[in-house]
Amino acid sequence: MLRIRNLDAGYGKLRVLKNISLHVDGGEIVTMIGANGAGKTTLLHTIIGLVKPMRGEIDFIGKTCVRGAVGKMVAAGCSLVPEGRQVFAPMSVEENLQLGGYILQREQGRAAVLKELEHQYELFPILRERRRQLAGTLSGGEQQMLAMARALMSRPRLVMMDEPSTGLAPLIVRDIFQIILRLREEGNTVLLIEQNAKAALAVADRGYVLEVGKVIVQGPAAHLLANSDVQRAYLGRDKHT
Amino acid sequence: MKKRKHLGIVGLCLLVVGIHLYTAQTGTQFYLTQLTMAAYYGLLVIGLGVLMGYAGQISIGHAGFFAIGGYLSAALTTHNLLPFQDRPLVELLDNLGLLQPSVDLYGGALLTVVPWAACLFAMCMAALIALIIGIPVLKLKGHYLAMATLGFGMIIYRILLATPYFGAADGISGVPAFTLVPAIGSFEPIVVSGAFGLRVMNFYLAFGFLIIGMILLLNLIDSRSGRALRSLHGSGEAAEASGIDTAGFKLRVFVLSAVYAALAGVMLTHYNGGIGPSEASVMKSVRYVALVAVGGMTNLWGILIMGVGLTFLSLRGVFGVYDDAVFGMILILVMLFAPNGILSLRIQSVLHRLFPRGSGNEPMEKQHRSAESPGS
Repeated sequence: MLRIRNLDAGYGKLRVLKNISLHVDGGEIVTMIGANGAGKTTLLHTIIGLVKPMRGEIDFIGKTCVRGAVGKMVAAGCSLVPEGRQVFAPMSVEENLQLGGYILQREQGRAAVLKELEHQYELFPILRERRRQLAGTLSGGEQQMLAMARALMSRPRLVMMDEPSTGLAPLIVRDIFQIILRLREEGNTVLLIEQNAKAALAVADRGYVLEVGKVIVQGPAAHLLANSDVQRAYLGRDKHT
Repeated sequence: MKKRKHLGIVGLCLLVVGIHLYTAQTGTQFYLTQLTMAAYYGLLVIGLGVLMGYAGQISIGHAGFFAIGGYLSAALTTHNLLPFQDRPLVELLDNLGLLQPSVDLYGGALLTVVPWAACLFAMCMAALIALIIGIPVLKLKGHYLAMATLGFGMIIYRILLATPYFGAADGISGVPAFTLVPAIGSFEPIVVSGAFGLRVMNFYLAFGFLIIGMILLLNLIDSRSGRALRSLHGSGEAAEASGIDTAGFKLRVFVLSAVYAALAGVMLTHYNGGIGPSEASVMKSVRYVALVAVGGMTNLWGILIMGVGLTFLSLRGVFGVYDDAVFGMILILVMLFAPNGILSLRIQSVLHRLFPRGSGNEPMEKQHRSAESPGS
């Protein structure tokens, strides 16, 4: 579904991503873990077209990504849940969701948006309860759900999530990851970016470890969980202690 | 929610008719003149309101667009083209029927551009200038955007003040009436003019423009594009990730509000029969920003009420020589004590108590605001 080859990207002269290659197949949950500043967010932004690649290619269902054509990427079925949720605080929950269906409405009309809205309310019943409430007044967990539902409103084939567990209570984090698992059951493909390596690897099929812009380890999630380097660096477990 | 919008419009229409009947009853029809002018300023202010309140982009240069509209229309409809009659451009315009002969104050023959053509040209130029200015300027944010638009306003003011074609410090006078719709059968022609006998017609005409402008903006805000607009305010990344062309949207709203300002300028200039450089002054732009702020940024109805109301008082001379000072003061006080606009203060909760399900004039935005206040 998504295939990235030898990708370099960054801002101005700063090269953040160096020679990244990765792929995500349909129906998978793939996670990318790494510390602060490793380039995780930059990677997602490059895929969706917010950052221009310097070198290499991104191939999404046969389409090549170009910067500035975010709308095209969303229309093609790529969707981003941005870091820190970024809900539109002064707008109601429903309006936030309708905004998520911005491209869908252009492509398929209003009826499709209303249908998708109903679908999201089934997936996130709490959002139906809060539909008239302003998004800024939701709790952190609810906002995260709203951000996810908003991204799903465009009926994506690939959902990219940028650290959905940031700043949430452990119980809520568990709920969020349950939802991610359910998304896969419904046939979605997820590219999940996380600092919470343990939780991410527990739900993912495969994983990549990103360190200062390079992929250093990759493989099935279970292997990464067992990998001593990954354990030492990201899971806080050292073999020698 | 849809219902409320219609109720507001119907309420406004009734209010306009009511004012007319009241002034006719009490023999105070002279109020209609200033109300007509205030309505045109109101048109500018609601356009600016959508730019500032909904799209979150400030402009302290809208008097510039108003002046571009007014001045271009005034210059084209007053400058005599007879001496240039054999130039190809003038001949072309004449053949297209865009020129009309008339007689000046001293009985001399004149050949000027038809107001319709001048009006359209002025609005197109305002849109074009907004587009050219907007592309680089809208990349700026906050104070920088304010400074850049302020600079634009000052440039327009200085250009008008120094150009003989635009009458320099005197401005342009003797602008002819603008026949919007010619006489059809037994119907009177619809004319934008300050003539005494046309006062009532122009009062309705101005509010007609205002109401139509308002309906268009309300529909815009309520639509898919309107939601996209409001998303520009907050998190740009999330808006972009939803596929919204944020830069393009900012530009389009900027151009739209410039066209509103230019239309107001054109109409008011034909109504007043002239325009002077003070219309382009920075203080005017500040006044418009103050009116948007006092009306409550994201409350289009509040902006309309405050825009027309305060402008009317100002035109009546209520604030005397302190006119500009009053508007500056209003801006400061609103920012300090009522950043959501005057109507968001106590009045609103009182209204809510009196009319729990919303009275005719109550905007739909109020719901949002009152829900917002505890959180913010």
